[in-house]
Amino acid sequence: MLELTTYGVVLGSIIALGAIGLSMVYGIVRFANFAHGEFMTAGAYIALFMVTGVSSWIGIPDNTFASLSFGWRMVFAFPFSMACVAGIAILFDRILYRKLRAKKSGPVMFAMSSLGASFIIRMVLLIIWGADYRFYRPGLMRPALQLPWGIKIRPDQILILCVVLFLVVALHLFLQNTKMGKAMRATADNAELALITGIDTERIIIWTWGIGGALAAAGGILYGIDVQIHGEMGWNFLIPLFAAAILGSIGNIYGALIGGLTIGIAQQLSTAFMLPTYKLAVAFVIMIVILFIRPQGIFGKE
Amino acid sequence: MEIGGIIAYLVSFAIMAGIYAVFCLGLNIQWGYTGLFNIGIAGFFCIGAYASAMITTPKPTGIYAQYVHQIFGLNLPFIVGIVGAAIICGVIAFLIGIPTLKLGEDYLAIATLGIAEAIRLVFNNEHWLANGPRGLMGLPQPLQGLVDAKDYNYIYLIIIVIIMVVIYLSIERVIRSPWGRVLRGIREDEVSAAMSGKDIFHFKMQSLVFGSMVMGIGGALYAHYTKSISPDVFTPLYGTFIIWVMLMAGGSGNNKGAVLGAYAIWAVWIGTKFMTDFLPYTLKARAPYIRFLLIGILLEIILIYRPQGLLGEEKKVSKLID
Amino acid sequence: MIILQIKDITVGYTEIDILHEVNINVPSGEIVSIIGPNGAGKSTLLKTIFGLLKPRHGKVTFKEWDITGLKPNMVVRKGISYVPQVDNVFPSMTIQENLEMGAFIRNDDYSLRLREVYELFPIMAERKKQKVGHLSGGQRQMVAMGRALMLDPEVLLLDEPSAGLAPVLVSGIFEKIKDINATGVAIIIVEQNAREALKMAHHGYVLATGRNVLDDRGDALLANQEVGRLYLGG
Repeated sequence: MLELTTYGVVLGSIIALGAIGLSMVYGIVRFANFAHGEFMTAGAYIALFMVTGVSSWIGIPDNTFASLSFGWRMVFAFPFSMACVAGIAILFDRILYRKLRAKKSGPVMFAMSSLGASFIIRMVLLIIWGADYRFYRPGLMRPALQLPWGIKIRPDQILILCVVLFLVVALHLFLQNTKMGKAMRATADNAELALITGIDTERIIIWTWGIGGALAAAGGILYGIDVQIHGEMGWNFLIPLFAAAILGSIGNIYGALIGGLTIGIAQQLSTAFMLPTYKLAVAFVIMIVILFIRPQGIFGKE
Repeated sequence: MEIGGIIAYLVSFAIMAGIYAVFCLGLNIQWGYTGLFNIGIAGFFCIGAYASAMITTPKPTGIYAQYVHQIFGLNLPFIVGIVGAAIICGVIAFLIGIPTLKLGEDYLAIATLGIAEAIRLVFNNEHWLANGPRGLMGLPQPLQGLVDAKDYNYIYLIIIVIIMVVIYLSIERVIRSPWGRVLRGIREDEVSAAMSGKDIFHFKMQSLVFGSMVMGIGGALYAHYTKSISPDVFTPLYGTFIIWVMLMAGGSGNNKGAVLGAYAIWAVWIGTKFMTDFLPYTLKARAPYIRFLLIGILLEIILIYRPQGLLGEEKKVSKLID
Repeated sequence: MIILQIKDITVGYTEIDILHEVNINVPSGEIVSIIGPNGAGKSTLLKTIFGLLKPRHGKVTFKEWDITGLKPNMVVRKGISYVPQVDNVFPSMTIQENLEMGAFIRNDDYSLRLREVYELFPIMAERKKQKVGHLSGGQRQMVAMGRALMLDPEVLLLDEPSAGLAPVLVSGIFEKIKDINATGVAIIIVEQNAREALKMAHHGYVLATGRNVLDDRGDALLANQEVGRLYLGG
């Protein structure tokens, strides 16, 4: 039970990274981004390319750190992949969503466009890498550590929690203390007033996509480190991401964090009495229940 | 390729496109007329197909039962299968609608997406339901014995066209009634429609249910054409996304557009197959991905440059005005 | 000198026009009050000046610039600030942060301006770190105005500043508006509370069904029998 919860926290923190970005995009750009899961997949694959391909071309050594399953190559690939996906997210906004904004399209057009974008990204990834399952470091034995109170956790997973914590804290500091961060919060609060104040909402939107995409990429890479990389992973994350964001009140970043952890733990605990393939359905049922009894989420106002 | 082969190919093209046209007509009721953003079409596709399959096949007995599991098997004629599929889909749509219809547009989308995925999961994992991942095979076809097997498709094409025309005319009739005008009012401006005193929820529910019933018929038609179905047929790509592209391409809010879009996009889909046949050997395995990539890009182009599709929305709204 | 001139403005949200050939002149440093019945288009006028609506016909001139149809984030850079009637603060942010957002487009050190605004609204200084969403209506209104003042505007557009406020707070708000004007800011105030609006106005305009009906000095309008009967409640 405790073991399931521990893994639930690890999985949940990965979901949280995606949910935070999804929530931010919904709160600031104002639509449900169905391509968010694919940002995660893209991040994982780009990092794979960096770790297996580019790193050897540049000559970065292939060793691993202590009992972790990765080394300098991943340290190099991680932020680079985040930046790439940030760029991809911004690119899609400039090419697609900005045009829809100019035409004052309704939220469904944006959602439909992002659905199309999700398929475009997924197809490109499948064309380049195919449908096989991949690993950053194939064939590595990764034993779990035994911690007090009977908690079993792999060293990789401890690092995943640390990375997520670091990113969340960094985001918090950014939003609370920087001018751009505050402007983003203002735009999420009241977009028309932000415009009236003179804030350039288009720039805010670009920053939002950049941060959202980068966080999603991070989540995807971490999932790839922990489990595996495959073309469907982003789509399978989509429902848990939405469930987490809605549970934590859409637009609320801290809520998305809590929501992510909750969904992760709930999904893992469900495997005690259900087939693991139904984890997706668990997230979905939680989402429907929340939408039915408290659609504004835990932190929303009436 | 001799003329007989070409005609046979065109007939099977027309059948598949016709099946998708039925789906587009159903989606048009939900989206084109009421503005419901349903991205769980694959779920109704799946249920309609399986429902008709199990209605029209006998429940396995004896040794056969060890290999094929079905929750029920009624061995009734094709027409009962079609009607049964429609009814079951309507009921499921009703149940889905109760919690989801009061949500905003994008929330409805997320909910329908989740439902479709959940349905596929259930059919895949619950073997007692419909044989799990192996699916059901040997589904009967109506009027099977009438002609040689190689000429059967002509019969099926006629059946499809008849059903498509019946559905088309029914929808056209209904949409010009006062009920239909309320539906359109909801899509234009939900707030005003609500303020004029109509119970929005009931209208949306009716639209959801009728649209889903039509989709159920589409699923049944598919099942009896391919004669075998399994959960991995009803994916988000083949079962939902491509139908959306078809409707947006043809013209949402327009039944002629729905049918035209189905044929046009199916033609594009088949066209991409010919294109990818020219690919070098190494890329052949990627062909389906390349083809779907082109469809995805096509949708984006449509959304930005011609969101009203080829035919645009139909302007006629009343029997009295036409 | 006339710092802001609205000439023959015709504008609407859809095909139906709300304002028809409206003319308003705002002298530098003066309070201009715009009164009239509900639906007269008073809020629409402010939105048009600020660029939230593009007029079908007519011209808005600020100083030497033609700002007709200029986007809001450009208008604010020219020196006009706008306080909407509702949704005029960032509720999840603190008072201090709301003011900081007001100063967003400034690249200089605005700590002097911040102090000046706090001096104008001492209650806000006490509660700098409070989230604005938790404040009362009157306090929120002050934050809304303070936010608009951070850019040192030459013209301030106020849309029904006393709307929704408890009667006891209304005179406080109008006192503050006079204080703001005393620092040299020209103010266009659109108000339902016609009496108070005309009392402090240098000049007043009466709008009805989207057209100019009457304009005169503020005290003259107050004394006017007709105006008194129709718009001031007798």
